[in-house]
Amino acid sequence: MLKLKNLTVSIDNKKIIKSLDLDVKSGEIHVIMGLNGTGKSTLLKAVAASYECDVDGEIVFDSKNISDYDAASRAQAGIFMSFQNPIEIPGVNTTYFIKTALNEIRIAKGLEPLKAPEFMKLLKEKTQLLGIDNEVLSRSINVGFSGGEKKRNEILQMLMLEPRLILLDEIDSGLDIDALKTVTDGINLMKNSECSMIIVTHYSRLLEYVKPDFVHILQDGKIVKSGDLSLAIELEEKGYEYVLHG
Amino acid sequence: METKLEEILGSDYSLGFETEVESDEAPIGLNEDIIRLISRKKNEPSWMVEIRLETYRKWLRMSEPKWAGLKYPAIDYNKICYYSAPKKPPGSLDEVDPQILETYRKLGIPLEEQKLLAGIAVDAVFDSVSVKTTFSEKLEELGIIFCSISEAIIKHPELVKKYMFSVVPKTDNYFAALNTAVFTDGTFAYIPKGVRCPMELSTYFRINALNTGQFERTLIIADKDSYVSYNEGCSAPMRDENQLHAAVVELIALDDAEIKYSTIQNWYPGDKDGRGGIYNFVTKRAKCLGENSKISWTQVETGSAITWKYPSCLLIGDNSVGEFYSVAITSLKQQADTGSKMTHIGKNTKSTIISKGISALKGVNAYRGLVKVRPKADGARNFTQCDSLLIGSSCAAHTYPYQDISNPTALVEHEASTSKISDEQLFYAMQRGLSEEQAVSLIVNGFCKEVLNKLPMEFAVEARALLDLTLEGSVG
Repeated sequence: MLKLKNLTVSIDNKKIIKSLDLDVKSGEIHVIMGLNGTGKSTLLKAVAASYECDVDGEIVFDSKNISDYDAASRAQAGIFMSFQNPIEIPGVNTTYFIKTALNEIRIAKGLEPLKAPEFMKLLKEKTQLLGIDNEVLSRSINVGFSGGEKKRNEILQMLMLEPRLILLDEIDSGLDIDALKTVTDGINLMKNSECSMIIVTHYSRLLEYVKPDFVHILQDGKIVKSGDLSLAIELEEKGYEYVLHG
Repeated sequence: METKLEEILGSDYSLGFETEVESDEAPIGLNEDIIRLISRKKNEPSWMVEIRLETYRKWLRMSEPKWAGLKYPAIDYNKICYYSAPKKPPGSLDEVDPQILETYRKLGIPLEEQKLLAGIAVDAVFDSVSVKTTFSEKLEELGIIFCSISEAIIKHPELVKKYMFSVVPKTDNYFAALNTAVFTDGTFAYIPKGVRCPMELSTYFRINALNTGQFERTLIIADKDSYVSYNEGCSAPMRDENQLHAAVVELIALDDAEIKYSTIQNWYPGDKDGRGGIYNFVTKRAKCLGENSKISWTQVETGSAITWKYPSCLLIGDNSVGEFYSVAITSLKQQADTGSKMTHIGKNTKSTIISKGISALKGVNAYRGLVKVRPKADGARNFTQCDSLLIGSSCAAHTYPYQDISNPTALVEHEASTSKISDEQLFYAMQRGLSEEQAVSLIVNGFCKEVLNKLPMEFAVEARALLDLTLEGSVG
């Protein structure tokens, strides 16, 4: 599904990701862990085509080299990224934003845009699953949202847009235990053999709810160790220093 | 990162066309003979030419205002042509530049209206002609006068003499005085007592006449208990090669009358280095003369190299209401200095100012406003909100709100904010599948929503399309 080949990413001329290779197959869940500043967020942003990132190497999605695609084209191809700090856009109604996004993606897929009643029905269904208050949807996108509301809104958009590659950047940060449960329930709804995920997190707590196939440790822009869930548990118990250097 | 936004914003002016039309022009320059010539061309009565000449003589001793801090080279008033009327308009749409037609199509302007905008003679069998006639008959039945200002001077001198210059005096300011001396056309509307004008009045009907004059003068009078909504200009360009545009608009509302005045201004903004473009120096003022009268200004300013205008309200009648809703966008090297002046004179008068300034590329946008409450204006209330949106990091926004309050019972509120479209916002919207241009459009429209909602429906659709066009990049 996604192949990163010899990927190097710079931000403001500073190399953050260095010659990284990663192969994510259909239906797999990969978790990236690592200390602050090791390049975890940058890796996701590079895959989603953030303006910030200057990228060398290849990003192959569905056997196509998408290195030259802009963020919109990648989103339309089925890549979704949830933001660590979802951005506020004043004056832009949340419902309207989601409708515009969904219809752009539908058009790119060759589907008819959804009409308002069908859209509202779908939206209602998903908001109920996530326990999102309707009032939140009438606000400007992410403006005045609590931390939990922002994260739930990201998951709502993920469910609405039905991507096939999901990049989650610290979706668990700032969530209380109930919100974490709701958010991970949402993530698990997307789990199927056609959909892959790359999850960046600091805490193995998230992994009690979402079971990963692989856990990678990122250090200084490179994957230095890979394993399964047990690696994350070991990290939690013993810390990076011990796991990486014994 | 900056370059991304510049790419999106740095599009060429898609409406900057030239159409070759044979025209009837006065010699270049300004003197008493030229003024007499204009007056003669308009078949004006002698009192009008006297006013023009008297004002011209005073204007010669006046000097250009400098307080706005706008930057432009000195204007040589003797190098301007003050009268130009097309002799023979193009015969059909086939003779019009296809690029212009494409722009009209993008703006969603109906075909018949496109013909009018392109300045095509409408004496052939065009639907719009019969539509126009139907409208005129309907308006006449109700006693509404809607004609050009030149026609009004000849046919309705009593109304013109009574009200013209009663809101904007002949020598009010440098540009208004120049306008008094040389104005060539404009709109006149009179809504009689108790009549609610059943349709939106607009320049749609008289676009040919508008093309000829860069010094329009508009006068609208709403008699007691009447209502009118007037839409000025259109979202299409004017074929105006001259640099200076100095218009005057006067509105008068008597007891219980209401006037809504909406403007979409899209003159040529010049290029990205600031070459060319229109200097849009306009004086617009309204007088709420009667009790319970109400006047609201709504403007969407997207064009012009420089915009200098402050649609204002004199709230004289008790309980009268003045409103100002504005979106001004400056891109390229455009400068806009715009805002409103609300003068509370009567008791329990209310005013609202909502101003949204958008600056992109090297655009400079200033809000300048004055809320003045006179000693006898008991219970006056004002609410002002001015928000600025910056796109990129080479643009600027300034806010100059003045308050001059001489009555202790006045309640005056002011809110202001400045925000920026960031690459993060663009990336966020694009990550959800929106194209760059859609993302910019969405963010800008969100910012202006409050004001766009005040426009008449059809006008609002055009305004949105125009905002998108103004911000459109290399695509299209």
